[in-house]
This record gives sequence, structure tokens and C-alpha cells, in this order.
Amino acid sequence: MKSLVCVSKTPDTTSKISFTNDQSALDTGNIQFIMNPYDEWYALVRALELQEAQGGSVTLINVGPAANDAIIRKGLAIGAEKAIRIEADPQSALFVAKQIAGHAKAENYDIIFLGKETIDYNGSEVGGMIAELLDLPFISYASHLEMNGNTATIHRDIEGGTEVVEVETPFVVSAAKGLAEQRIPNMRGIMMAKSKPLQVIQQAEAGDLAVAVHFEAPPPKKAVTLVDPENMEELVRLLHEEAKVI
Amino acid sequence: MVLVFAESQKGQFKKSAFEAVTYGAKTAHAIGTECHVLVLGKADDPSSLGTYGAKKIHQVEGAGLEEFDSQVFGTVIAAAAIKLSAEVVILNHSAKGKALIGRLAARLDAGSVAGVNAVPTVENGVFKVKKNVFSGKAIATYQIKSDVKVLSLMGNAIRPEASGSAAPVEKLDVAVPSGRVKVKSVNTVEGTVPLPEAELVVSAGRGMKGPENWGIIEELAGVLGATTACSRPVADSGWRPHHEHVGQTGIAIRPNLYIAIGISGAIQHLAGVNSSKKIVVINKDPEAPFFKAADYGVVGDLFEVVPRLTEALKAFKANH
Repeated sequence: MKSLVCVSKTPDTTSKISFTNDQSALDTGNIQFIMNPYDEWYALVRALELQEAQGGSVTLINVGPAANDAIIRKGLAIGAEKAIRIEADPQSALFVAKQIAGHAKAENYDIIFLGKETIDYNGSEVGGMIAELLDLPFISYASHLEMNGNTATIHRDIEGGTEVVEVETPFVVSAAKGLAEQRIPNMRGIMMAKSKPLQVIQQAEAGDLAVAVHFEAPPPKKAVTLVDPENMEELVRLLHEEAKVI
Repeated sequence: MVLVFAESQKGQFKKSAFEAVTYGAKTAHAIGTECHVLVLGKADDPSSLGTYGAKKIHQVEGAGLEEFDSQVFGTVIAAAAIKLSAEVVILNHSAKGKALIGRLAARLDAGSVAGVNAVPTVENGVFKVKKNVFSGKAIATYQIKSDVKVLSLMGNAIRPEASGSAAPVEKLDVAVPSGRVKVKSVNTVEGTVPLPEAELVVSAGRGMKGPENWGIIEELAGVLGATTACSRPVADSGWRPHHEHVGQTGIAIRPNLYIAIGISGAIQHLAGVNSSKKIVVINKDPEAPFFKAADYGVVGDLFEVVPRLTEALKAFKANH
């Protein structure tokens, strides 16, 4: 399989989130960025497993500034053989998808992998956009993927269960938990990653049609109301009369 | 015009469809236009969607709409949006909606916001809409600049409002392309409300000590009419099925009530549940971080507290 794995950077879940003074952008000063876990743990690892079983290649792609190279190198350390970074400061999902589709169009990848969503904006839009721009099938939220020749059998997570589908390559698939097991890069992988090719290409012209213009903190949460463990009638009363949820 | 894609399952509309139509009607009001609904495939009584504020129902029928292929559905919805000159297309932020929103945005070259939770505003022609970001740690306001906009609505973000009357149903003539994805089987849990749609959720963690102790959780959920969930270690240990796992790597939910039992409240777990409207935490450790995110807390032994809560709920249900 010739696979392309789209990787995104995202703030670590434990990061404290704050914004610039005019509240128009994320204050990135104190944020630890990581590779989006769905891209790293599931999409990338499943692509590598297919390569190990059947040959082919795994290429990483990221749309972003040079600061993202650390994240891309981690993907190379985990096992991808080469990477492409499209130089940009992306503001919208459609911009990112147009950049990736623009690269992928001429490359004839069998499978384009990405995580089911990023853990910061949770949009899950880019996969469908790439598929649409390249006129490919898109299977979202895949928790299992097996190849038999050019036919993939994929389990996709739906409300309350899974759906089993079949699709021929080429296609786009977004990865959920279960698709693979996380791999920790070893020292040899980290050393080898330094000399693997990371090609930087210029962005294509594409506007941003939807952009986040303002951020605010959610309304402060009231302190917890503690209820006597002996008195669950009181908890039921509070849930009914005060919270009005039962 | 605002066009809402109303999802149906085996011909039945779900609560999420009523939420989407209600949201569509409010959005139409905000921008000074009408709300129409698009129904794909056979469905029972589409005209009833008018009660949630739709002025007209457009129905497309054709082979290929019985099973879900995002390419087929995306092509049909986009064609309908163009044919009907829709300004805003609204989906649910569901398994189908998440597969469709990117396709529609790309096909219509439209600005899109996925997972919105408030009605858009339009001031001086500037269209803005909000969603939660950074695991509920912030609310972002998006501006959409394109003429056509695509939104997906978070589940449980808006209460369905049935105040109008039935709407006329018209057949819409749109070609249904053949798909390339074959659905082989669908395996869903019957009889319970799926987690992403559940209003009441009872969730338990490692404090349960083992899968054999889940009877008290199921009994509580049964009395309450709630869906059961679990934390990641519980799912990873095989104590409970994978589809019950809520949290960052599992399912993100926002029920009206989330009862967390024997779950310490790691940040990755909170990321998936802290948009819940009310949170009850039952834990014997008063230092459990989950209490900081809770509305109501009970510090005590869950094996005593949970049966007591079940009994109290039974008494409550008998009188209400």
C-alpha cells in the first residue's frame, strides 16, 4: 500500500488554555504542542502495519510552520519513511484540505489516513474535504481495518455500535481508537528520523471561509455541592428541583 | 433559505433530527428566511417535521439511499442545496454528519463550522456562530465569510420545540449516484439510547473493583432510564465493551446528567464529559479531581451509596 498519513499538531490535553489580550487567538506561549493522538496512535501506526505486512510506503504530510518539524520528526521516528510539510499558517479546515489534496492529486496514494478529529477543535472535517476534493470514498471513525488485495474491510464507529463496510482502494479513512496500538519511538528510530527526507513545499492559493475570531472562557463553574452519603433522598431532590435534570 | 438534513434510521426520525430542525428554524429566523428540511430515502411521516418549525419538506428517493455512503449522501445534499438556493445547510454532529460536513463544505466551497452549540447571529451582514473548543476549556466564535454556510449541530445542545404544524412534503428530483462503499453489516446495541444521544448517563470506573460488580450500576441506570458508560481503564481491561468508553479517546458526550461513580476524573476523561449540563460525582476519595468539575458530590463508599441512590430514585419515580 502506498499510504499518506495527515498529521496535525494540537495542544497537549493538560495544557492550560489562555488567549491573546484581545481574545482573538490562542496564546501559544505556555502550550506544549503534540502530534494529534488520533493521527499518531492509530492512523500512522495502522499505515505502518500495512506497509510491514505487504510492502509499500508511508509518507507523512503536515500543513503548518517550521515549528511543526519536531512533530513531523516524531512521526518519522515512529517509522514513516518520508515527510512533506506545506509551509502555511492554516486558519481553517478547508484551507488545510485543499493543500493536502493539491499534493495528493498527482501521487496516486492507495490510502489517505488521518485521525478522526483533532483533540483541540474536534471538527472531523478535513478527511471528508480531502475525499471530496479528490473524488474518493471516505470512511470515518474506523476502529478496525483489514486489507485483502485492494479491498478493505473497515469497522466504523456509529451511534451505539459499529458498521462493517467494504471499499476498494483508493480511499480516505479517519482513525478512531482500536485501529492500532500506540507505538513509542525507540532510540534507533529517533536517530534515523534525523536523516529521513522532510520536504517543504509552498502553499497553494486558498482562502479561509470560516475562521475563529474570538475566544472566551466558559462561564465559571459553581463550587461543588456536597451531599451527605447517608441522604440520597436529598441528592434526588436537588437533581429534580434545583438541577431539573430528572 | 436554511436547509436541514433530517437523519432517519430505518425510516424513523430520531431526537437529533428534531433538534436539528428546531435549530434550523431558529437560524432561519436569525437571518430572516425560511427553514426547509431535506429527507433522503423513505421515512415515516416527514410532514411532522413541520411541527419543529420547517415550512417545507423536500424528499429525495432512490436506490442507494438505504445504506450510508458519505459520497452518495454528500452529492445529493449538495445538489439539493444548489437547486433550492440554500444559504445555510445544517447537519447533526453525528456519525453521518461528521462524515458529511467536510464533503459538503468542499463541494459547495462553503465555510463550515462543525459541532456548533448556539444559534448563529447576523449583525451588519456578518455571520457568526459559536462552538466549544479545547475540551470545553473555551468557547470560540467563528465568522463565516462565504455566501453558503455549512454547520453541524452538537447533540443535546438545543431542546426540540414542537410548536408549529405539519408541513407539505414535495418530491425533489435529484440524481442519486451509485456508491463505492458497501455496507456489509450493522451491529448496534438495541433497547438503549446510544451514548452520544443519551440525556442521562451513569458511568463507572476502576473504583468498581471488577466487572462482576456492575449490577448496581445497571440497576441505577435502569431505574433512571439512563445509558451506561465507563472510563478508559475499565474499557481497556475488558470489564466493559469498547463502545461504553467515554473520554478523550472514547466518545465525547454532553448529556443533561452525568453520574460518575468510582472515577477519579483524569483530565482525559473530563475532556469527554465536562460539557455535560450537570455532573454528579460519587467517590470515596475526597481529593478526587473530579469533584472540582462536579455540580454535586457524594464522598462515600460507592457500594453503599449507589444502592441507596437507586432506592431513593425508585421512591421518587413512584411519586412522579
